[in-house]
Amino acid sequence: MFCREAGDFKTSYEQDNQTFPIKFDRYRYYAVLVAAFAVVPFFINDYWVNAVFLPFLIYSIAAIGLNILVGYCGQVSLGTGGFMAVGAYASYKLMTAFPEVSIFFHVILAGGVTSIVCVLFGLPSLRIKGFYLAVATLAAQFFLVWLFNRVGWFYNYSASGQITAPERSVFGVAITGAANPPWSAYLFCLVFTVAAAIIARNLTRGTVGRKWMAIRDMDIAAEIIGVNPLKAKLTAFAVSGFFVGISGALFFAVYLGAVEVGEAFGINKSFLVLFMVIIGGLGSIFGSFAGAAFLVLLPVLLKNTLVGGLGWPTDLAAHLEFIIVGALIIIFLIAEPHGLAQLWRVAKEKLRLWPFPH
Amino acid sequence: MKQRLMTALAAAMLVASPALAELTIVDTSYRTGPYGANGIPFSDGYQDYFTLLNERDGGIGGEKINLVECETGYNTEKGVECYEATKAEGNGALIYQPLSTGITYQLIPKVSADGIPLHTMGYGRTSAKNGEVFKWVFNYPANYWDGASHAITHILDLNGGDINGKKISLVYHNSAYGKEPIRTLEELSKKHGFELILLPVDHPGQEQKSQWLQIRRDRPDYVLMWGWGVMNQVAIQEAVNIRFPMENFIGIWWSGSENDVKPAGDAANGYKALTFHNLGDEYPLYDDMRKYVVDAGKAAGAGDQVGSVLYNRGMYAAMLAAEAIKTAQEMHGVSVINAAQMRDGMENLEMTEAKMAELGLPNFGPEFKVTCQNHGGNGYGAVSQWDAAAGEFKLITDYFQSDQEIISALVAEDSAAFAAESGVTPGC
Repeated sequence: MFCREAGDFKTSYEQDNQTFPIKFDRYRYYAVLVAAFAVVPFFINDYWVNAVFLPFLIYSIAAIGLNILVGYCGQVSLGTGGFMAVGAYASYKLMTAFPEVSIFFHVILAGGVTSIVCVLFGLPSLRIKGFYLAVATLAAQFFLVWLFNRVGWFYNYSASGQITAPERSVFGVAITGAANPPWSAYLFCLVFTVAAAIIARNLTRGTVGRKWMAIRDMDIAAEIIGVNPLKAKLTAFAVSGFFVGISGALFFAVYLGAVEVGEAFGINKSFLVLFMVIIGGLGSIFGSFAGAAFLVLLPVLLKNTLVGGLGWPTDLAAHLEFIIVGALIIIFLIAEPHGLAQLWRVAKEKLRLWPFPH
Repeated sequence: MKQRLMTALAAAMLVASPALAELTIVDTSYRTGPYGANGIPFSDGYQDYFTLLNERDGGIGGEKINLVECETGYNTEKGVECYEATKAEGNGALIYQPLSTGITYQLIPKVSADGIPLHTMGYGRTSAKNGEVFKWVFNYPANYWDGASHAITHILDLNGGDINGKKISLVYHNSAYGKEPIRTLEELSKKHGFELILLPVDHPGQEQKSQWLQIRRDRPDYVLMWGWGVMNQVAIQEAVNIRFPMENFIGIWWSGSENDVKPAGDAANGYKALTFHNLGDEYPLYDDMRKYVVDAGKAAGAGDQVGSVLYNRGMYAAMLAAEAIKTAQEMHGVSVINAAQMRDGMENLEMTEAKMAELGLPNFGPEFKVTCQNHGGNGYGAVSQWDAAAGEFKLITDYFQSDQEIISALVAEDSAAFAAESGVTPGC
């Protein structure tokens, strides 16, 4: 009833193969894009940008990156925090070494650097699987954080070991630094998020993605039907690293402006992004967004409701927030082990038949 | 019902409701997480002092203070969220006191752009002492580099002025906070000829076995500590375990509160910590505090922290903020000041003995005067020592000044680097 597919006929392969073959889905997707690009920038202030939109968009990119690795290729990674740190430090070194180059390219290059690092740490995946690979990537997490804390070159030998993003602009509008208008940082991140989602969606629908999924489902069978595990696994690490690196660069340069590697990119970050992917739904681009929204927006909403709305003490609210978010994670995973994306699919299925389910 | 709930939630999302009071002070506290044990007393002291002013004097200059608390959990992301959520509260927040070096680094560019003063009392970016570069940041009365110098001066005094060839280890929180004193200590080690051994401890600092094993092997003459939160308790316990002489173990002022030494029991007796304000609760102000705040049931938190080291420090921070507000009110002749006027008040703040005695806090902190060039005070501090039997820290020295020769050079160098990096033209 609500989700109509009847009468939506395709007369060419192009039409049949488009990203959103159902007209209703497609229009909703366009509507979201229009709202995000043309409506939101006019209505946001510093608070909405810095507390809601930037973290959501940036974590979405990280979740998409990790979802490619874990959800599509089946290679468990606990190194996301470390790889985000690579993106952040790469963008910092690039920003300070080449101030005349646009930050747009710095962010992309930072993604490239992370992609290379990620492939290096992905090499063990050819020999080890599952939990053992998780431990290997955990080593990457600790090694990278240690490296950025230890070697002065990465933070330009600053006294405190902090890295601070200098002010950079695109088309004359400040993006990083504190003087930027709220909409510029938002649009900058939005462009990267949308691009990441489109690229990831199309990669996963094509040959590369099918190879990843074949490896995920059964690597020996995949090898027998002609999938090269070396190429498939390493491309997954490369693409995943690229997105995670971009998210790390944006996280540092646009969102926080100054970071300290141990605090901003610690093991907690790896788990947070992994939870986003698991709660959102493994192997789903929409799931990455849903998971990021769940874990970024829910705490902010709870805090504002409990402290701002009900006037409870802040410590009580902070503790309750942990309890509520934790309980919701458990409930969601029991009720729907395949995440929010599956919940969404089931809801659509039900709506399609409603009100005549039989 | 559902509709109503949704609108209520949406309304709650749209930042908290505007406040009625005129002077808005934000307390970015942390009462949760691994640093909560230290965040709670500081926040309680900070809030209680403003509550006292509201209850006893009806605010400052006739204007009530609206205190907004925001929980950061010592986490930089939440710190940013707090800052953005509260900066426009009421007539605009007057001052931020984040009590976290990490959050300070993030707020420095933001407050400079928004024009809100940031007071980082005894923490944060040390070179913010240079007011010509850091116009909106203040770190009076003392900073980390002063602290490093105080510790070395104290060791010099104990050794008759000669520490050539001595070994001094620094156990530090491996973050911006802990790394701050290293450069000063390196300069001081060149000047006085001692050997400096660096031992980083990673967040949150519950695991320090290897560091203390190394101390046991190196046998340093003195150990300095830059720790915070749970790291302090663990370090003191580990020092006890290797039987390191407690009187040779000196912590920065953030590593010297009751909850750091108490877990180690009597063995922690003799542990030293620096401080830039006085300790205990033997002050006339505390009588008022008990009468108007604690006994009236208006104390922040559980109300059981009155007189502890960090409570005093939070109260001292609030007192300095209140005095700056008074100064600003006198300067501009208005009772409702804005953030820019608050900055003027801070920049012209002068703390004298007479002023402190009048407030009921005689001899509570060092005398200092803030100027446009110097946002960091004169660098006076003292050494306190833990008396386990009495259960309190006691001052064992007078206030003494840090090695200004070395520190001024470092401040000038670091602030010039910041000015070049961020395109600030120094000037008053």
